[in-house]
Amino acid sequence: MKSLFVFFSGLLIATTAMAQEVAPDVLVKTVTNEVLDIVRKDKDIQSGNTRKAIDLVEAKVLPHFNFTRMTQLAVARDWRQASSAQQKILTDEFHVLLVRTYAKALTEYKNQTIDFKPFALKAGETDVRVRTEIKQSGAGKNIELDYYLEKSGVAWKVYDIEVGGISIVTNYRDSFASEVRNNGLEGLIKSLQAKNKSGEATSVKK
Amino acid sequence: MAARSNQRVSEKRMKIALPARIKSVTVAMVAVGLLAGCATSGNPKDPIEGFNRAMFAFNEGLDAAIVKPVATGYEAVLPAPIRTGVTNFFSNIEDLFIGVNNLLQGKVPEAFSDLGRVAINTTAGLLGVIDWASDAGLEKHDEDFGQTFGRWGVGNGAYVVIPVFGPRTARDTVGLVLDVAADPVANHQPTRTRDVALALRLVNDRANLLPADKVIEEAALDKYSYMRDAYLQRRRNLIHDGNAPREVEADAEQVDHPATAEADVIAPRAEVAPVPSMLAARTEPAEVK
Repeated sequence: MKSLFVFFSGLLIATTAMAQEVAPDVLVKTVTNEVLDIVRKDKDIQSGNTRKAIDLVEAKVLPHFNFTRMTQLAVARDWRQASSAQQKILTDEFHVLLVRTYAKALTEYKNQTIDFKPFALKAGETDVRVRTEIKQSGAGKNIELDYYLEKSGVAWKVYDIEVGGISIVTNYRDSFASEVRNNGLEGLIKSLQAKNKSGEATSVKK
Repeated sequence: MAARSNQRVSEKRMKIALPARIKSVTVAMVAVGLLAGCATSGNPKDPIEGFNRAMFAFNEGLDAAIVKPVATGYEAVLPAPIRTGVTNFFSNIEDLFIGVNNLLQGKVPEAFSDLGRVAINTTAGLLGVIDWASDAGLEKHDEDFGQTFGRWGVGNGAYVVIPVFGPRTARDTVGLVLDVAADPVANHQPTRTRDVALALRLVNDRANLLPADKVIEEAALDKYSYMRDAYLQRRRNLIHDGNAPREVEADAEQVDHPATAEADVIAPRAEVAPVPSMLAARTEPAEVK
């Protein structure tokens, strides 16, 4: 009886925590700090173990990403021509590609610190940019790292990331469009699959 | 006395020689571009794609054979504090021209901040080796003549890959000619110190970019177009000082339109605003939605 009570009160706490809204800047900050704390302590990731970095990204970062929206932004006007099955495959493959890129960037981490720029959420806003900056410890310029988040329900989800003003999502737009123009949507799917397969091979080799 | 006038003459010769060299490159580019015309994928931003791909391959080869190995060795041999000193030294020289460009763009407070940086770092920072100014809160900016033209409303023009220098737009190529003509390092005499300084700067810059290599390899389906689009996005962002309006999303109605994203047809319009309004509204050009 007592354990049942504990179980239910636990459930209640869990659901209220879920329903509680986390501000977008707080979300970015929490996730960034959490991930970097792990990377700082993990010698494997620091020495280039992409597989381990991918697992970290999948566990900590992905729940806060909206991959369908990202893929839609990258595929742009060809998105609506795609069947829902094609949209699903495109999203899955693009997901793999972005995660591996993100993980690769983490393995290059060397003592940089992240500066979180001031952020104020205006009432009723559902689409925001949270700005951060990577401070290089040694040589090299600081790099702006901006997150674009959209509110869906109570949760904020990242739908684009800009590194030094370069969107890692829309940077694919022109090359995806020309792939579709030349070889159709199936051609784009095939080239994404081929890319991911070759990436898989190299990360296993490591 | 004679030496000084000699120096002046050779400086002058160099200033003339450089644009001439770039001009001949341009002529060659157009010629090859026309020949390779059929090889383009029809991207209006990149009309001479055939030529550009060839130049890109050339630059990649040069990088793989010489620049990258040297930069890797440089990074391995020199400790980080020394490399930081080298970066700061060249960065300090750069700041002078960043200041001039900020002034040309009507950004007076930024220009004064840049000149303040030069003053502090050249003296207290031992000829720029230590960047005290950043610690003092004077932010480092990123400006060049290409950006100044962009700010003045000059559009990108065609995308061009230049031998050794890499990706540019037609506008930024003109900017590059001025950047080089005004570059104290490239104009330094005697020639031997100049060459050493130019090589050191190139190697040091390349070493700073080494970590990005692997990430780009991982991300790009086609490295050429990935680098091209990244360059174009980066320049657009720099011209807007980090506040470029987001490119508009594709619309179903425009499915029938040939070639590039509608966004690129609309968005540059904000960039090509006439000069006075650009200066007046320099905080943020009108949002294109």
